[in-house]
Amino acid sequence: MSAPHDGLLLEVEGLRKRFGENVVLDGTSLRVKRGSLVTVLGRSGSGKSVFLKCLGGVVRPDEGTIRFDGREQRPEDRAARADFRSRCSFLFQGNALFDSLTALENVALPLEQTTDLKDREIRERSLEALKQLELEKHQDRYPGQLSGGMQKRLALARAIVTRPELVLFDEPTAGLDPLRRNAVFAMIATYQRQFHFTALVVTHDVPEALAASDHVALLDNGKMCFEGTPQDFAASENSVVRGFRDSASVLGTMLAEIRRGEAPSTDES
Amino acid sequence: MVRATGKYTLGLVQELGDFALFTARSFADVPKSRRLGRRVVRAFFEQGVRCLPVVMIVGMFTGLVLGLQGYYVLNKFGSEGLLGTLVSLSLVREMGPVLAALMLVGQAGSALAAEIGIQRNSEQIAALEMMGVSSHGYLVAPRLIAALIVFPMQAAIFVSVGLWGGSLSGSLLLGLEPGIYWSAVERAVQSNDVIECFVKATTFGLLTTGLCAYYGFNAHRSPSATGARAVSAATTHAVVLSSIMVLAADYVITSFLVRT
Repeated sequence: MSAPHDGLLLEVEGLRKRFGENVVLDGTSLRVKRGSLVTVLGRSGSGKSVFLKCLGGVVRPDEGTIRFDGREQRPEDRAARADFRSRCSFLFQGNALFDSLTALENVALPLEQTTDLKDREIRERSLEALKQLELEKHQDRYPGQLSGGMQKRLALARAIVTRPELVLFDEPTAGLDPLRRNAVFAMIATYQRQFHFTALVVTHDVPEALAASDHVALLDNGKMCFEGTPQDFAASENSVVRGFRDSASVLGTMLAEIRRGEAPSTDES
Repeated sequence: MVRATGKYTLGLVQELGDFALFTARSFADVPKSRRLGRRVVRAFFEQGVRCLPVVMIVGMFTGLVLGLQGYYVLNKFGSEGLLGTLVSLSLVREMGPVLAALMLVGQAGSALAAEIGIQRNSEQIAALEMMGVSSHGYLVAPRLIAALIVFPMQAAIFVSVGLWGGSLSGSLLLGLEPGIYWSAVERAVQSNDVIECFVKATTFGLLTTGLCAYYGFNAHRSPSATGARAVSAATTHAVVLSSIMVLAADYVITSFLVRT
């Protein structure tokens, strides 16, 4: 493992991505410190997932630079991409578990395909990951036979089994109720500290993100319009941050207006 | 009109090139794919064992019908003794490889296109790529390798069962001496015919499995549909085009291997 680069593990500068006429990322930048838990907030459709997929190499950005541990990630630099992929894991919004493989086989897959470990060692490490995520009793079950929370944990077990330095989480709480959202964020924070990886989470769940993160960024109109600590976020006077942070009170105001028979004043900006 | 034809032709050529690259990349990524043998065995099971009943049933009925039709036609010329020749050459040169391939497309090919299409939709392919695993080597290569073995085997089984079907209708039902039937089969089928049968079956296997995997793999690129409908469209497209390609390739191979 190379030496830390100013304590930064990931640096993103001026990332741009458009799909046809739709500009999704318009010069997005972000810096992620080694060992931190960083959350990128943003409305649905603001390009958070595209941003994360650009980092993961699943989507190719049109412009911009991505540096991982000080090394620039260029599409043509296969060695750099391979190094990044061997040290990074991605947890997809829909978990992306292989439904034709059992829980154990799902966790073993990255080890089987990307390492020279022997079968016994792969099994031991996969079982260990399942045990750490309290899934060892379900090792022979298929993802479809597991609950939503278990599937999320299984996806996390697969993500950490290679002992990555960086884990990218794409909307890990999408479609979950508040209790489960708390549980997922608690799980991420717990395992991030336990396994000492750097976590980059994109979500639109403000309270959970503020409670769990070391650093928060807000993506709006393809740019990061806020970066700082959760405390800075809570105190920020930035109008987009306020709109996001105070969504509950905004809803209250809108409902009050509706009850009074007035047209609700929606602020989409 | 000219512009539309040109645009269509360019699109077709581009897609053909894309398909050729897709298949070539799948084979090229074989060395990158670890523990390939297990997945080849699984693909072998899906294409071979699971499709065996339908191949045998269709083979039997094809032989039965050929026996019946052939007997009545040959009987008009007093040449029932050539029934074995007619049934065996029809089966070995044409019907065996073609119909076995069509059955495999209908069962294993459609399942393959749908499975890979769903894997694309549910980001399983993106997950593989993110892990640094070659999705071509992991998902497509084992199926292509298995197809190179399974299609000739299924064609051989189809022909064997079909010959028994022809014998059943010719000898058991219509009273032709079994010895006459089987000796005609033995005299008629030459090694070139068997080679032609296997060349066709191997080509069909590569073409249809590649096409089904290609359309499933690119289900997300469908211009007219997304999600489940895109998978459904990709599967339909894969099966229809594979079936057409089997017949077109059959014509091309036959014209190259044609003999008196």
